[in-house]
Amino acid sequence: MLKYITRRILFLLPILIGVSFIVFTLLYLTPGDPARMVLGDQATEEAVREFRDKEGLNDPFLVQYGRYVYKAVQGDIGRSYMTRLPVAREIMNAFPYTVKLALFSMLIAIVLGIPFGIISAIKQYSLFDSVMMIFAMVGLSMPVFWLGILLILFFSVHLRWLPSSGFNTIAAMILPSVTLAAQSIAIVTRMTRSSMLEVVRQDYIRTVRAKGQKESVVIWRHALGNALIPVVTVVGLQFGNLLGGAVLTESIFSIPGVGRLMVDAIKMRDYPLVQGGVLFIAVAFSLVNLLVDLLYAWLDPRIKAQYR
Amino acid sequence: MEDRKLILDIQDLSIQYRVEGGTVHAVENLNLALGYGENLGFVGETGAGKTTTALGIMRLVPDPPGRITSGRILFEGADLLRKTEDEMRSIRGGKIAMIFQDPMTSLNPVMTVDKQIAEMVLLHNDVTERQALDRAVEMLELVGIRSERARDYPHQFSGGMKQRVVIAIALACNPILLIADEPTTALDVTIQAQVLELMRELRRKINTSLVMITHDLGIVAEMCDKVAIMYAGRVVEYATTEALYNRPVHPYTEGLFNSIPDIDRDEEELKVIQGLMPDPTNLPSGCPFHPRCPYAVESCSREAPGMVEIEPGHLVACPVRTEHRLNSVGWKGGAGR
Amino acid sequence: MSEQINKQPGQSMHGIGAVFARLRRSPLAMLGLAAVIALVLIAVFADYIAPYGYAAQDLMSAFEPPSANHWFGTDEFGRDLFSRIIYGSRISLQVGFIAVGIAVFAGGFLGAVSGYYGGRLDNLIMRGMDILLSIPSILLAIAIAASLGPGLFNLMIAVGISSTPNYARIVRGSVLSIRNQEFVEAAKAVGSSDLRIILKHIIPNCMAPIIVQSTLGVAIAILTAAGLSFIGLGIQPPVPEWGAMLSGGREYIRDYAYMTIFPGLAIMISILALNFLGDGLRDALDPKLKQ
Repeated sequence: MLKYITRRILFLLPILIGVSFIVFTLLYLTPGDPARMVLGDQATEEAVREFRDKEGLNDPFLVQYGRYVYKAVQGDIGRSYMTRLPVAREIMNAFPYTVKLALFSMLIAIVLGIPFGIISAIKQYSLFDSVMMIFAMVGLSMPVFWLGILLILFFSVHLRWLPSSGFNTIAAMILPSVTLAAQSIAIVTRMTRSSMLEVVRQDYIRTVRAKGQKESVVIWRHALGNALIPVVTVVGLQFGNLLGGAVLTESIFSIPGVGRLMVDAIKMRDYPLVQGGVLFIAVAFSLVNLLVDLLYAWLDPRIKAQYR
Repeated sequence: MEDRKLILDIQDLSIQYRVEGGTVHAVENLNLALGYGENLGFVGETGAGKTTTALGIMRLVPDPPGRITSGRILFEGADLLRKTEDEMRSIRGGKIAMIFQDPMTSLNPVMTVDKQIAEMVLLHNDVTERQALDRAVEMLELVGIRSERARDYPHQFSGGMKQRVVIAIALACNPILLIADEPTTALDVTIQAQVLELMRELRRKINTSLVMITHDLGIVAEMCDKVAIMYAGRVVEYATTEALYNRPVHPYTEGLFNSIPDIDRDEEELKVIQGLMPDPTNLPSGCPFHPRCPYAVESCSREAPGMVEIEPGHLVACPVRTEHRLNSVGWKGGAGR
Repeated sequence: MSEQINKQPGQSMHGIGAVFARLRRSPLAMLGLAAVIALVLIAVFADYIAPYGYAAQDLMSAFEPPSANHWFGTDEFGRDLFSRIIYGSRISLQVGFIAVGIAVFAGGFLGAVSGYYGGRLDNLIMRGMDILLSIPSILLAIAIAASLGPGLFNLMIAVGISSTPNYARIVRGSVLSIRNQEFVEAAKAVGSSDLRIILKHIIPNCMAPIIVQSTLGVAIAILTAAGLSFIGLGIQPPVPEWGAMLSGGREYIRDYAYMTIFPGLAIMISILALNFLGDGLRDALDPKLKQ
């Protein structure tokens, strides 16, 4: 197992280098002179030239990239054009909100999606199944930002039950988490359903039935144990979508997370902050994927065995 | 044959699958009997309805799309089709056990094999989990798997070893009827022989009745006392192994024997049965074999043949081949539509 | 049992006619298809359907709730929301189709080359795709759009690139499964060029998964594009983009909720239609997946 973990962590390295390269390249290609952005329109040509020299902006692309990586390893991914504060620090301040939001949404998606999917599969073609599948489809098709607005409209403006912004109380966390979770609930439900339907047709399920096992044990122990394996992968991938969706959700509910930070930065053309946010979330997503892969190996003895 | 003590007596069993574009008559008016301690070989091509019949006996025909539409399955004199699901569950595994065709997919991949055997033991015996696991190890040793492999997962075993595990599960509760659905088809030839030898040996020890589903007449000759030949959902010939091998009567049976290469005879080519298995959603009228039958006469396409007993215990569903025989006593429940 | 089940006669049906026959049996897929066709017609004939121009301001009638004159009401500049939503279908469909076109073309090319040649090239391309996939696609789109700057074309490129890896993977998978089949071997044996084999044999044989993924992909592209416009990265005013309209209406949500409800509905119905159609197509093209 240790060998497997080491291997997976080593796999992470090229991914991180690749992501940093993409992020850096995009930043490099962004129109506008960073020196001008920082110093403002009033700055003299002299000051701009000096700044470019000092920051190494005249160096070749690869040299600049090398410096970026070198600094990034030490936790320095540039400074915000606006606040002149280190991007890393700004993001670290905002990150807990985003993680909390994504985790809550993930929890909601798992707690609702998996049971919904199982029941739909067991009662395939029933009314419950049809209704669930249509709901899931609507959930998939609902733009996150629109759902958020509708929920605010109904629960905050109309009923006045829940606050429409912030993320510091349980009540304030409900609407954003549900908004962000909606699509994931739909995806987890659909995945669980189809995985269950697939597994229930397998020969080994027939073997268990032929033993005289109770249908409930057949479903909940034997079928579910196998059906959840692909669901784990989907849930892991959902975490990436949740981190991405958080960008929109945070800006709707005024949550001071990384997403909100990035959206504000986009409006201000504060590109180091935007790219830093992307880099940060990509790293977080990769780490989550690593965890999911380990969980996967733990659930499925066939994979564990490959790395004994 | 009424006086014989029967463990299994299937009468007029019909099983259908509803699929896109029609109904598959997988089993049609099937009659079959098996005495205590007997071994029955159940022979036919892929798609003849052998597995469906076996699943019917276990009441495990997947519904939907499958459904048992008529008939009775008398097991120790009581109709299985009238049992409640609870009663049926104690019969499955406890009294009737089944070995499935493909050992590669028949075991739960995320559960160690000892637990999969112990599950069977726990379901039908009043024992603790510890005792059940001990019994599992015992069973594994009985089928020739060392006890230290008990905690392994299925993927750690070869195909032949997996089939041994499947056999261990099936025999764990000393069933009185064992249904083996092509237990060796998915295995290499050398492994096939080992598994068959194992089954023969275990049968001597445990003394169950056996329904051996296969398309291999060689296996039947080695293992079985009785043979039923199945074609397109019907039994077309039923006899003792000896009678059937010495005096095959039904044209289809004859065709099966002719298509086996015989190294003693020096033939230029095999006589294969002409044509293909009919489309199961659209079976020919009358005798379903008539389009491929070299002896077919005009009436074959009109009338579905009934079973005729041509000598004691030898039944054939072919009027053309049986009419000249004197012993034409009609047998109950012919395959008429 | 599997013996009989596998012999479903449905599987012997081939060709577009058979696929459509199966598709017709799914009411939701037909509903989706009808809605998608309607959407395309609306976009094409927007000039004849919309009662007002999409940029026609009338400050005297700003913030009018839905009425006979203005079915969906008017916005802060007195522009007719119904007309803007009608015209907006053009933008959304353009972005959806062109972005997916870019993704299918780029991803298809990379996937085909990767699967066909294999080896080091395959490794290189697919590791690159893995890197792109490790960035959540909406974030990748945001990063690209931020670098390229606002605008319809840039939006399409951003959305297209961010979904390219999915198509590369699908096409590569199909190519791998087809590459060693006999008809491809046969084509090689008679001396067909690689390009010809890819175009004549391999691409046509992996059309089914691409069609399904593209249909669903257009939905995702429209959603992503609307999301980008919503946060100010996509299309700039006064172009009537649904996401941007939603974003604009947000300020007035307490008093004029209809300004956000109608553009949102337009997005959702379009996505829903495409998803129903895509799901139905998947079942129709691959009956094995459906029970």
